[in-house]
Amino acid sequence: MSPENYLYLAALLFTLGACGVLLRRNAIVVFMSIELMLNAANLALVAFSRMHGNLDGQIMAFFVMVVAAAEVVVGLAIIVMVYRARHSASVDDASLMKL
Amino acid sequence: MSGLAALAAETSTSTGEAVQFWLLGPLAVAGGIGTIMMRRAVYSALCLAGTMVILALFYLANGAYFLGMVQIVVYTGAVMMLFLFVLMLIGVSAADSLKETLLGQRWLAAGCGLGLGILLIAGIGQASVGSFTGLSEANAGGNVQGLASLLFTRYVVAFEVTGILLTIAAVGATLLTHRERIDRTKSQREQAEERVRSGKQLPPLPAPGVYARHNAVDLPGLLPDGTPSELTVNSTLRSRGQVREVHGQAVRDVAALEGRTARYHGQRYVNEKAAPGVNGSAVDEAEAPAEEDPK
Repeated sequence: MSPENYLYLAALLFTLGACGVLLRRNAIVVFMSIELMLNAANLALVAFSRMHGNLDGQIMAFFVMVVAAAEVVVGLAIIVMVYRARHSASVDDASLMKL
Repeated sequence: MSGLAALAAETSTSTGEAVQFWLLGPLAVAGGIGTIMMRRAVYSALCLAGTMVILALFYLANGAYFLGMVQIVVYTGAVMMLFLFVLMLIGVSAADSLKETLLGQRWLAAGCGLGLGILLIAGIGQASVGSFTGLSEANAGGNVQGLASLLFTRYVVAFEVTGILLTIAAVGATLLTHRERIDRTKSQREQAEERVRSGKQLPPLPAPGVYARHNAVDLPGLLPDGTPSELTVNSTLRSRGQVREVHGQAVRDVAALEGRTARYHGQRYVNEKAAPGVNGSAVDEAEAPAEEDPK
């Protein structure tokens, strides 16, 4: 098996995540699709790290994980806040600047 | 772990890794498709958790032992649980609406996604990444040690900045979800007076099923005249329609018991609602213990 296959898998998962962001209306599912894209990027980074024989790719993936964790915390807080104001987690409903 | 280490140390992938890839890769893709296709957000979250666990296995196979463990602990352990918490908080039952607000947006989005996928895969196919070095050299002193020596030398600034970022994220999340209290907190006395004034049920609600000779919560308790009391069953069970019917025999038994007690105290007991049971066989059965009692 060629190690390129990991890259193909990562590209496929990234595409799925992008489709999810475009297709879904539920803000939480959109957020999960973003996580899927970040994970796909991590898989590509880990595969690159192995191809080049150094650990820099893994360090990058590590930072992506940390940033993703921070992003999830803030993003979910925003979703909860929007839900409190509008009683809906659909991205279509949040179409006004003010309530 | 040594088997995995040997796997990652080779410069060409072994048969075992190929088998692992072709078994788990389609599963990961299926999880991704499930994430974006499932109508209920909880199913999406579970599909995503499965994909993340499979990706952790791929990290391990690629010699990223630390990242594989972090992936399981941080992603499937913390991030997905956070997602599930928020899902439970804002309503699990909310399914996506199928109404299109922009005409043809779905097909356009699917077409764009397909184009992106084709571009990415064609790009990877064009790039010559066939040769690869393997991590045997880089992981020689241990994967965690290698990562640490990089993290605290070349990437130390980025590491510090990440620390600040995490602090800001934590503070920001608490600030965002914090709600300012506008009105004063009511004292216990004010709450009690308000409850009395509103005319609601003041003492605790009666327990279910006491007179029905059962202690099941879905069985209503019986009033002295044998009618089941709605108040005794939890309102959730009532709205779900899961309240069990009290059997007629139980109603007659209670009526007989009441009649027996009344006779024992020398009172006259009249019950119109459960009349057939009282005047029938149930009373005759009740005669025997009533006579034995004085002895």
